[in-house]
Amino acid sequence: MRMKPVAGILLRQFYLLRGSPVRSLPMFAWVAIDIVVWGFITRYLNSMTAGRFNYVPSLLGAVLLWDFFTRIMQGVSTAFLEDVWSRNFLNLFATPLTISEYILGLVITSVATSMVGLAVMLVLATVVFGLSFLSLGALLVPFLLVLFGFGIALGILASALVLRLGPASEWLVWPLPALLSPFVGVFYPLATLPRWMQTVGHLLPPSYVFEGMRAALAGRSLAAGNLAVGAALAALDILLAAHFFARVFRFAVATGLLARYSAESAA
Amino acid sequence: MYDHPLIGDPHSVVLSVAGLCKSYSRVVAVEGVSFDVHRREVVGLLGPNGAGKTTTINMILGVLSPTAGSVRIGGIDLARERAHALASVNFSAVYASLPGNLTVTENLRFFGLVYGIPQLGRRVAELLRQFDLERLRDTKCGLLSSGEQTRVALAKALLNRPRLLLLDEPTASLDPAAAQTVRTRIRSLAVETVCGILWTSHNMYEVEEVCDRVLFLSHGRLLLEGDPRRLPREHGAATLEELFIRLASEPLAKPLESAG
Repeated sequence: MRMKPVAGILLRQFYLLRGSPVRSLPMFAWVAIDIVVWGFITRYLNSMTAGRFNYVPSLLGAVLLWDFFTRIMQGVSTAFLEDVWSRNFLNLFATPLTISEYILGLVITSVATSMVGLAVMLVLATVVFGLSFLSLGALLVPFLLVLFGFGIALGILASALVLRLGPASEWLVWPLPALLSPFVGVFYPLATLPRWMQTVGHLLPPSYVFEGMRAALAGRSLAAGNLAVGAALAALDILLAAHFFARVFRFAVATGLLARYSAESAA
Repeated sequence: MYDHPLIGDPHSVVLSVAGLCKSYSRVVAVEGVSFDVHRREVVGLLGPNGAGKTTTINMILGVLSPTAGSVRIGGIDLARERAHALASVNFSAVYASLPGNLTVTENLRFFGLVYGIPQLGRRVAELLRQFDLERLRDTKCGLLSSGEQTRVALAKALLNRPRLLLLDEPTASLDPAAAQTVRTRIRSLAVETVCGILWTSHNMYEVEEVCDRVLFLSHGRLLLEGDPRRLPREHGAATLEELFIRLASEPLAKPLESAG
């Protein structure tokens, strides 16, 4: 893999962000609003229970981790959609750029943009609402890594779906995180769910993060094996998503979909 | 017949297309097309709308895979070594404008990195100067006139000093003066560099002026090949345009359903 083309993909996104407030603002505005809304909800809930239970770590912490995951996913798919919106596929894919270089460029872009959102969320949640992520200790690192991995996988999958189904399908992929959220127990234990939803949840890496977070906050011991399963699933999902993207790309090249992308169909 | 000085020299072939076919279920777009392009040669790919010119170009660019046949660029098989083969190709087409939300310099730097150009800053400066784009370097491409956009697209097409340059109707949206400037530039490119150029156009005047050789495509098949200045006489036509019209309206012995 050559790093110059990867740097090219990254530089292009930097140029777009630098020159466009409508692109840079959502990197932190929506997550900040989420933290503010949920911060006040947790304050209200705390006042209702007269301090018997502190909702800040469990609710606000869950919101922060979930927002981080969705930002990662959207970071990858938005970077891909920039090429859809500017009808850049012919110019881009008639170059020596390989699919792995392209995907790595999208992933690094997403990491860079998501870190901005994460920093804003952490500052707001800590300074304004007293959330102490340090209470999670070293566990925060694997939690973020698992969510990061699955966010990357879902972003690549979303990009592959848009490539396969055409530009209008972007409206199908934006709600993907919301579709998964009931299964991964962001705000409640998986045991709350019916059996079939629990089965689906166990296949999704974020479930292990949120279960682990609740266990750690409740002072229960965390089964390291569970988190390792989550990490392994996230790594597997990245490989599967990248493989799926490569298959869709080959299909698009074989059928003429790539050359006539705006038609949304090769037929 | 056509007698380019490098024809017959196998080392001078920059593009070799052999038995190229593309079909979409029951529709045949390109059928058994074979030709070579040599270095310092400008080859015109002619044909009516839907003849298969753009389909052929897309297959050479690797954005459309052929149903059968092969494309070799500088001796490298595109199907087997896509990235290696495409490193020495570039293109410009009216339907593939550069991202309008990036400036001229940003576009050149972006594509320069994607092509892995060494000393990119110097190369971009050279091209800005060569195509008289210095004044527009910080202007977003979407704000440029058609002529200016064509110059930027040509600058991008030369970033990697390609051995093979594909130009799909590069003068289609230009006024006569701008088109003449572009023709002169491209003609001099073929002379000053070692690249071969495959050029499509519906303007027979410019084809005669620019091209060393033409390939006439109709219904996805290669019908004629030769020197654009001699072909009309050899086929009993007064001009290349008359020959074009006659060939375009001739039904084939074995009609195909459609072509892309």
